[in-house]
Amino acid sequence: MATLTYRDALNQALREEMQRDPDVFLMGEEVGVYQGAYKVSRGLLEEFGPKRIVDTPIAELGFAGIGVGAAMAGLRPVIEFMTWNFAVLALDQIVNSAAKILYESGGQIPIPIVFRGPNGAALQLAAQHSQAWDSWLAHIPGLKVVAPATPADAKGLLKSAIRDNNPVIVLEGEMLYNLKGEVPEGEHLVPIGRADVKRPGRDVTFICHSKTVAVALKAAEQLAEREGASAEVLDLRSLRPLDEEAIVGSVAHTNRAVVIEEGWPHAGVGAQVVDIIQREAFDQLDAPVLRVTQADVPMPYNKQLERLAKPSADRVVAAARRVLYLD
Amino acid sequence: MPVATNVYMEALSPTMEEGRVVKWHKRDGDPVKTGETLAEVETDKAVMDLVARADGVLRQVAAAEGQTVAVGSVVAVIAAPGETVGAAAAASGGGMREAGGGRREAAGVAVAPADATRVKASPLAKRMAREAGVDLQLVTGSGPGGRVVKRDLEGAAPRASVPAAAPAVVESHPASRIPHPAPSGAPYEDVPLTQIRKTIAKRLAASLGPIPHFFLTTEVDMERASEAREALNKQLGDQGGGKVSFNDIIIKATAHALTKHPACNAWFQEDHIRYWHEVHIGMAVAVEDGLITPVIRNAESKSLADIGREAKELAERARSRRLQPSEYTGSTFSVSNLGMFDIDQFTAVINPPEAGIIAVGSIVQKPVVVDGQLTARRRMRITMSCDHRVIDGATGAAFLKTLKQMLENPLAMLL
Repeated sequence: MATLTYRDALNQALREEMQRDPDVFLMGEEVGVYQGAYKVSRGLLEEFGPKRIVDTPIAELGFAGIGVGAAMAGLRPVIEFMTWNFAVLALDQIVNSAAKILYESGGQIPIPIVFRGPNGAALQLAAQHSQAWDSWLAHIPGLKVVAPATPADAKGLLKSAIRDNNPVIVLEGEMLYNLKGEVPEGEHLVPIGRADVKRPGRDVTFICHSKTVAVALKAAEQLAEREGASAEVLDLRSLRPLDEEAIVGSVAHTNRAVVIEEGWPHAGVGAQVVDIIQREAFDQLDAPVLRVTQADVPMPYNKQLERLAKPSADRVVAAARRVLYLD
Repeated sequence: MPVATNVYMEALSPTMEEGRVVKWHKRDGDPVKTGETLAEVETDKAVMDLVARADGVLRQVAAAEGQTVAVGSVVAVIAAPGETVGAAAAASGGGMREAGGGRREAAGVAVAPADATRVKASPLAKRMAREAGVDLQLVTGSGPGGRVVKRDLEGAAPRASVPAAAPAVVESHPASRIPHPAPSGAPYEDVPLTQIRKTIAKRLAASLGPIPHFFLTTEVDMERASEAREALNKQLGDQGGGKVSFNDIIIKATAHALTKHPACNAWFQEDHIRYWHEVHIGMAVAVEDGLITPVIRNAESKSLADIGREAKELAERARSRRLQPSEYTGSTFSVSNLGMFDIDQFTAVINPPEAGIIAVGSIVQKPVVVDGQLTARRRMRITMSCDHRVIDGATGAAFLKTLKQMLENPLAMLL
């Protein structure tokens, strides 16, 4: 298996799917000549030409709308947002067009479109550009939402997203693009809606996705070292649909859970996970489920405050100690 | 403006962390005066009085008799005469004082004012208790606010092995319960640890842990047992049966003595002691790279010939590693014999959760004085290792005396 960066795994997925299906095309700001703000589309303009790698003006609502129209006409667009912080301008097309047209056309018009780009905070991009949109998007019926944490999952989920006949949101991460990992070559599809155990454990389940998978893995290591307790790290990978079976199965096994996410606590994805756990695994619980999220404030620009506002391994370990009754 | 006073579980001894309400002297609605005894509380050392710290009317009694409550928990409220206690009830939750130690919340199982019998337990703990047939009222919760959690129930017996009679033990046991063979048909009886027994357990385990052993040795005259064995083996030989060994006789006598001293036929189970009504003797057998203790079940009701046959068969299968797990687990007491190795005397390590083990030395001819005459007798030393959390010195000594008497006068086993 080749070791690739997350960005190159996405690039490989795009290239393979564009080679496989001539209806697939990529559109967004700087995706062509500049080869992507984060170089995800490196080499694609050269290989596929300007008809299939389309540079757009700075007009998120506009090109998202063109994408939805193209999907209605039978193409399979991949729309890149330079960041999901800019995609907030395009929410009308995503929520009111892409997510609704299949329903409002009585099932006649599928919208096979992918909206993708980096989500959440990077480093010192301040309040307006450091937001995690996971729960906003996962809230909408008619959308699927995936958030890969590893290069292999990035490739496998993007390929599945492109082949899916529904609008799929792919949440990437600026801080993830350089992450390296083994990536299966060729036909590697990760099914949407399937979580993955990134580390097996016995005593507590860390439920996480995207960037917080690395946080959870680090916390699991610290917990094993400091307390001798064994944490299972369950990567959701898909936020809609959620893999209820995997969540309930893991909690039934460990009896305790800490749910970690990059976004704010109020009405977050983690709240939905906790709902599933209390409903479906009530009799398996040995402790209340705790959550670790971004602090409930606009992201500070100050470096130290930003670090404190983000979910950290220390906060996950502290939560784990509480559900393990070690405090 | 009259203000209700909370009645706290007070630290009535310097080391007390929790107390068991033995008896309420005042009931809900009774008028009380400062200094009057409200309740008797069993501490880790003694039964003490919990007295009123205010005049008024006792309300909101939140700890039932028999219930164990953490120091600092609110167990009742003294309201001023005529005062409504709605506000006081609300105060009892927020009015708790910090209990000692590392607990983040000070609370006991009894702080819910509305329902004194409510036990806080995690959903998992409730399910485990239900499946194991354990009464949560008897379990001391180690979680926040005394919440019973998984770790408090681990090791609880599965329901299958707990007949319906077992929960009957649960209600209102006296502070010092002495086990007795109950003809209820239950294979054992679970007796919750009293406060003093808990303290003994904690302290002795910390001093020489994890099991605080002590040892009792006695020398047994084996003349009669030897004669009885020779006669028996002659008869068995005539019938074509196998022989009876000294070890078989010791197992039989031990089982018999245990029926007379059930306090020694027990398992230490962290928060309770399980006194067995059946005697299952673990028999230490040396195997090639270690030791295993196959079990002679219900040894008290088996004949010497049966014990001899079974012991031989189990030992053979132990050495050829063909024992089933069910054949080497569940013993209630053990016997270890190194007599065949010419060991005069030794101490054996207790096989947890059992409370005792007998270590048997070799039988040797010794000069002893019998009826004022120096004479040679066959003598054997036995040493009992006791778990002090279960067996006290006198308890173990009494058992050992009975065992010695039975071995010295094997006919006594017929009684």
